Amino acid sequence: MSVTSQLPALQVVVPLLTAPVLVLLRGASLAWAGATAASFMAFAIAIALTLEVLAGGTQVYEMGAWPAPFGIELRIDALNALVLLITTGASALTLLCGRESLARDIDEDRQPLFYAAWLVALAGLAGIAVTGDAFNVFVFMEISSLATYIIIAAGPDRRALTATFKYLIMGTIGATFYLIGVGLVYMMTGTLNFADMEVRIADVADQRPILVAAGFITVGLALKAAVFPLHVWLPNAYTHAPHVVTAFIAACSTKVAIYVLLRFDFFVFQGNLEGHVVQFAGFLAPLALLGIVVGSAVAVVEGNLKRLLAYSSVAQIGYILLGASFSNAAGLTAGVAHMFNHALAKGALFLAVVALAMRFKDLTLDGLAGAARSMPWTSAALVVAGASLVGIPGTAGFISKWLLLSAAFEQGTLGIVSAIVVVLSSLAAVVYIWRIIERLYFGEPVADAPPLPRQEAPWLLLAGVWLAALANIYFGLVPGLPVGLSEAAADGLLRHLP
Amino acid sequence: MSAAATIIASLLLPLGGAFLIAAAGRWPNLRESVTLLTAVLLALLVWSLTPDIMAGERPGVTVATLFAGLTIAFSVEPLGMLFAALASTLWIVNSVYSIGYMRGNNEKHQTRFYVCFAIAIAAAVGVAFADNLLTLFLCYEVLTISTYPLVSHKGDAATVRSARIYLGILLGTSIGLLLPAIIWTYVATGTLTFTPGGILEGHVVGPAMGLLLGLYVFGVGKAAVMPVHRWLPAAMVAPTPVSALLHAVAVVKAGVFTVTKIIIYVFGVDTLFAEPSGGWLLYASAFTIIAASIVALRQQNLKRMLAYSTIGQLSYVIMAAAVLTPLSEVGAAVHIVAHAFGKITLFFAAGAIYTASKKTELGQLRGIGARMPWTMAAFTIGALSMIGVPPTGGFVSKWFILAGAFQSDNYIAIFTIILSTALNAAYFLPIVFAAWFSSEDSGAKAHGEAPLPIVLALCTTALATLGFFFFNQPVLELESQLVEQLP
Repeated sequence: MSVTSQLPALQVVVPLLTAPVLVLLRGASLAWAGATAASFMAFAIAIALTLEVLAGGTQVYEMGAWPAPFGIELRIDALNALVLLITTGASALTLLCGRESLARDIDEDRQPLFYAAWLVALAGLAGIAVTGDAFNVFVFMEISSLATYIIIAAGPDRRALTATFKYLIMGTIGATFYLIGVGLVYMMTGTLNFADMEVRIADVADQRPILVAAGFITVGLALKAAVFPLHVWLPNAYTHAPHVVTAFIAACSTKVAIYVLLRFDFFVFQGNLEGHVVQFAGFLAPLALLGIVVGSAVAVVEGNLKRLLAYSSVAQIGYILLGASFSNAAGLTAGVAHMFNHALAKGALFLAVVALAMRFKDLTLDGLAGAARSMPWTSAALVVAGASLVGIPGTAGFISKWLLLSAAFEQGTLGIVSAIVVVLSSLAAVVYIWRIIERLYFGEPVADAPPLPRQEAPWLLLAGVWLAALANIYFGLVPGLPVGLSEAAADGLLRHLP
Repeated sequence: MSAAATIIASLLLPLGGAFLIAAAGRWPNLRESVTLLTAVLLALLVWSLTPDIMAGERPGVTVATLFAGLTIAFSVEPLGMLFAALASTLWIVNSVYSIGYMRGNNEKHQTRFYVCFAIAIAAAVGVAFADNLLTLFLCYEVLTISTYPLVSHKGDAATVRSARIYLGILLGTSIGLLLPAIIWTYVATGTLTFTPGGILEGHVVGPAMGLLLGLYVFGVGKAAVMPVHRWLPAAMVAPTPVSALLHAVAVVKAGVFTVTKIIIYVFGVDTLFAEPSGGWLLYASAFTIIAASIVALRQQNLKRMLAYSTIGQLSYVIMAAAVLTPLSEVGAAVHIVAHAFGKITLFFAAGAIYTASKKTELGQLRGIGARMPWTMAAFTIGALSMIGVPPTGGFVSKWFILAGAFQSDNYIAIFTIILSTALNAAYFLPIVFAAWFSSEDSGAKAHGEAPLPIVLALCTTALATLGFFFFNQPVLELESQLVEQLP
């Protein structure tokens, strides 16, 4: 067998096996280089897989050559490919340009361990995205979660420990709920393979356990995905994690949980459970709308830059779920496309935060007053990424906002309400992004502080920030790839609906 | 060069110019040369399109295809041609003026000023040439954002507060109202391309059409129909060249141009005429004209008074478009030009007075005609054009709007124009009178005219205001094509 046919397995194996090697390397620079190289290799594999999916449809890989219902099957369709691109891309970019920032936050002798944990987290996230097996998802979820707790708590900020503890408790509850749900499904069908489940659930005579399973799985994953009101772990975890880690997990970790949610609710349950569409939409649409409103409202008044962006993430997760809860092709396309576009926008914003943090200790808006004078390039990139988050035309954020609003307009009354909420939230985004920009450009630094000389972030970091910012513009003008993948993903998820 | 290439070039040229201006930032003379050269080249490029448009051609080019039939595309039709030619031509005059003003007042951040100005012009040309609503929206937002640094140029707390109002209202209305309106249009009709005769007929009917019209008119905050007019007086904190070109020509005209274009090419004049729920626009614009004139009457600050005068004059265009007769549509287009010449002259004069004497209040202007005869002569011509007195450009457009209103016996429009003319006279003539015939306060600072580039620029636009009364035939010919498309 050629190497290309092994790509789905390599997607997980490369970061997973590089991790222990890093621990043995015992050198901060070497460990960084190894982790970055492994991330880029994973990104390259994700691109290759995406190309194959675009060319030849769903890719199937049998682990150990065991055929599907018996062995573990890796299954990559358009949705998986999109999630893989986000995850590996975020890891590669943040690692590449985050070295100086991480070197500040983490002791030199602990850096190899940190990078190893990062790669394990990446392997777990990628594993969730490639596997076609429900229990395997749980295993990878635990792997990624445990590693994520480590990298969040690794920073010098002691508050990160309590934040991590909160995240750990909530995350464990979520994973347990998920496991209970999978167990119930397994009890009734005797299978763990998504594709097999989808067929067999239809034959189950008593569907009540399946219904309970659907409830457990949906709530468990909603916890993982920080769906309002289960989002309480997110702002603290994002705020107190090392800045580079925030950029990484903000771009991808909640998206992966949403992916599993979509996979289960649409692919597995949709066609088999009576009234599941209504239950799913009825459960998630109000939560999504509330999340959008509350997240945006808190972000408008929040004074800490990282926490502000974290609450904005709560709102943006609401957008994704709102699109999904329309349960039609247009809505799902919008939701999935927003996974991609929001990862771009929020990733770029948090990378800009990393750059700002290189020069400014105090990341409150007041502490950053006048920062544009000493860091004009970083600030300009932040403006571009912020425009994308708001949804200014010509940026990636506009594409998903357009898709979401046009999907909403096809929905009748609920759609009109949704459209109004989305529009109001966009206006709130204008306000909170504008508060940042105004402080950066026009704020007067604290009186007793000495004037800062003009000094930018390290060039590699700056290049990364701008790469991410320009990606927002590129995918705003040439949205063929994410939109095409999202449409294919929506198509794959909606096979059971008319 | 083919017409399509010319369109692309006229969009890229100011952007390239902006880049070169930034690169030449350290050498002011070179920087200003680049600005002037770019402006002249842009005007030549835009003007080179006119023969084709006059001949009835509609060249177009698609830049990018997004998804589901949405494109970024540009094409040229009479209304856009007029707006682009206007903005690009006045940019030359305005650049000359800017050099005098920015140097005369020792303004800081001059490079940023010229760079943003060039980007704003590129966006204005993009608005003019947009082939569909999406492209228009894109350029509209670029125009808003690129003008923000110009409005907040001074950078002090009061300026930033005003600039926040400017950005908040323009971005807020466009995202909150215009974008939903565009998406509604797209969902209902499946297309966003500007089409003669409109695209909404049969897709959106009844009161929904009136609602959609409301989303559009108030979504285009740049048109400053009350109550979304607050940004315009707020934007007066900007340096005068910005107020002159952007808030008398490019930005506000982009607003009324967009509304007019939407009425003609999205709703369709006939479709809207047949739908009673769209009738409110006439009343809204009439109210804005009268209310803005009354507010202008009470202003003490020259630039703020001009701002409210602009709000009123913009609604002339909206009202003319809303009268929905062929002659009034021509009047709307002509008024875009006539008001531009007149108002840019007035702003130039206000800036000249500020540069020469630092005077900003109306009460300080007594007897200033003796010290600044050229400036005040130009001011007088501009004021007469605002009132609509022959022989100025303002008379021509008012004539057409009135003729259009008579065509459909629209007494509200006729009454509004008459009343507004009286009000315009009431707030402009006392200033002109005081400037020429009152004696100056004793102990006033002695000063002469503003620097030469400023005087040169404002005399040019004043001459254009007069000239437009006599030489308006090409514009009328061009815009009568708008009407020919109407049955």
